[in-house]
Amino acid sequence: MKNPLDTITGTIIAGVVLTLILYLFARGFLG
Amino acid sequence: MEFVIERWLHILSGITWIGLLYYFNFVQVPGLGAAKADGTAPGITKHIAPRALMWFRWAAAATWITGALYLLTGHGTEETNGILRAFALQGSAAYIGLGAWLGTIMLFNVWVLIWPNQKKVLGLVPASDEEKPRAARIAFLASRTNTMLSFPMLFFMIAGSPAHQAGIFG
Repeated sequence: MKNPLDTITGTIIAGVVLTLILYLFARGFLG
Repeated sequence: MEFVIERWLHILSGITWIGLLYYFNFVQVPGLGAAKADGTAPGITKHIAPRALMWFRWAAAATWITGALYLLTGHGTEETNGILRAFALQGSAAYIGLGAWLGTIMLFNVWVLIWPNQKKVLGLVPASDEEKPRAARIAFLASRTNTMLSFPMLFFMIAGSPAHQAGIFG
């Protein structure tokens, strides 16, 4: 499988997906 | 003026850091590929990249230091200081703490992975022909990792401020 960080598009998508995952984690388990 | 100065300096240095990070990833790296094809790359690697890297790594350090000052003055309680609360993901400091962890990982990448390897690539320190491609790959992936991490880092820096977090995290 190709590393998504090798392309700008893959990097941006990975950043958005990671933001969503961490947001759901923070909403569910922090604060 | 309560903790506005720290926040202002943190944002100023943060824009410089992340702005240059995006410049490297979205402009310089793709542009360097094209420049190598027509023989103009040495101008970039000799005159542009070292200057950009100088501002980049010191802006990263300034961002972390001013961020720590901001946490210290703005997110503590009577019992615990703001830095400890944020990095321990405690209470209302947990959200900005997540951003602080991401920013700290990014600072590590800048000073431990990107800068030492870029020095080899740019010829600022001696490196063999075998070492250079490996150094370039490590610096590239660390830089792309930081670009990816900057998305959630910026989200939690904004959403984690006391003024916004109740509406965003419920």
